[in-house]
Amino acid sequence: MPTKDEVFEKIRVALVDALGVDDDEVTPEATLVGDLGAESIDFLDIVFRLEKTFDIKIPRGELFPEDILTDSQYVQEGRVTEPGVKELRQRMPFANLDEFAKNPVVQDFGSLLTVADMCRFVETKMEVSD
Amino acid sequence: MRWYWIDRFIEFESGRSAKAVKTISLAEDHLHDHYSNHPMIPNSLVIEGLAQTGGLLICEYKQFAERVVLAKIPKARFYCEAIPGDRLIYSTTIEYIKREGAMVTATSYKENELHAEAEIVFAHLDDSRHDSLFEPETFLRMMRLLGAFDVGRAADGGPLVPPKRLLEAIDAKDRNVPESVSRGTRL
Repeated sequence: MPTKDEVFEKIRVALVDALGVDDDEVTPEATLVGDLGAESIDFLDIVFRLEKTFDIKIPRGELFPEDILTDSQYVQEGRVTEPGVKELRQRMPFANLDEFAKNPVVQDFGSLLTVADMCRFVETKMEVSD
Repeated sequence: MRWYWIDRFIEFESGRSAKAVKTISLAEDHLHDHYSNHPMIPNSLVIEGLAQTGGLLICEYKQFAERVVLAKIPKARFYCEAIPGDRLIYSTTIEYIKREGAMVTATSYKENELHAEAEIVFAHLDDSRHDSLFEPETFLRMMRLLGAFDVGRAADGGPLVPPKRLLEAIDAKDRNVPESVSRGTRL
C-alpha cells in the first residue's frame, strides 16, 4: 500500500514526463493548466501515465468531467448553473470547488485542477496509507 | 516534395507494433541545406518518419475510420547523427489506444546503434474537422505503397488485409479519373 508521499512522488514523475516541466515546478498547489501549462491533449497523456503507474483504470471524464461543461442542462451563457456546480461537486469530490462556485465561468474551470487534487483523485482509486 | 519519411514497412503487427526502413540518400534535396558541408537527416524528419510508422499502425487498428494526427511528442532523444548512406530502422509499439487518441513508443536504430528514441501521442480528430485533412483512403494508399500489406499480420496471425469498404471506395474514385491520368499511378 503506497503512502501519500509516494503517490505524490509518482504523480510528479508522470507530470514531468508528460508536460516537460522541471521537478521543482510540480508542487501540490500548482495548477495543471495555469502553472504547468497543460493543454487538452496533455490530459490524455497524463491519464495514461497515471493508469500505468498506479495500475488503475480512469474512465473518460472521471478526472476532468468535460461532459458537464458542454451540457446545456448545466451551462448557460458561459457559466455553470447551480445544478451544474452540484453535479461537479458530486463527480469531483477530490477537488475544492469553493472558489470556482463563487464565479463559475466555464472558461476558468480548466485552470482549477491542482496537483494536490490529482493526488486526492488517485487516492480515491486505491488504498493509500498516511 | 512527397511527404514520405519512411521507405518501406518490414514488419507490421496489427494493434501491436510496426517496423519500417528509412534509407538516407544524397538525392534528397533538403540534405544539401542541412548542412551543405555536412549533410545529415534533420531530427524533425526522423520524428516524422517515426510518426508515420506509428500513425499508420494506429490508423489500421482503427480500420482507417479515424483521422489520426500527430498531436504531441512528450519525449525525443537523439544519440548520434544519420548521414547519406545510412539505413535507419524505425520501430514503434502501441502503448495505448483510447477513443480520443493513442500513444506509441518509438526507436530508431542505425545498424546496432541506438540513434533516437521517442514517445509520440496521436489525436483522433472529430467530425467537425475532417474536411481540411486527409481522407482515410489516403492512409490506405500509403499503407499499400509502403508494403504494409506485403509483410503485415492481423491480430489473429493471418495476413493483413485492407477493409473492403475502403477498397471499394478507392476503386469507385479511380473509375472516375480519366484513364490517361490514372494510368500508372494507381496504388
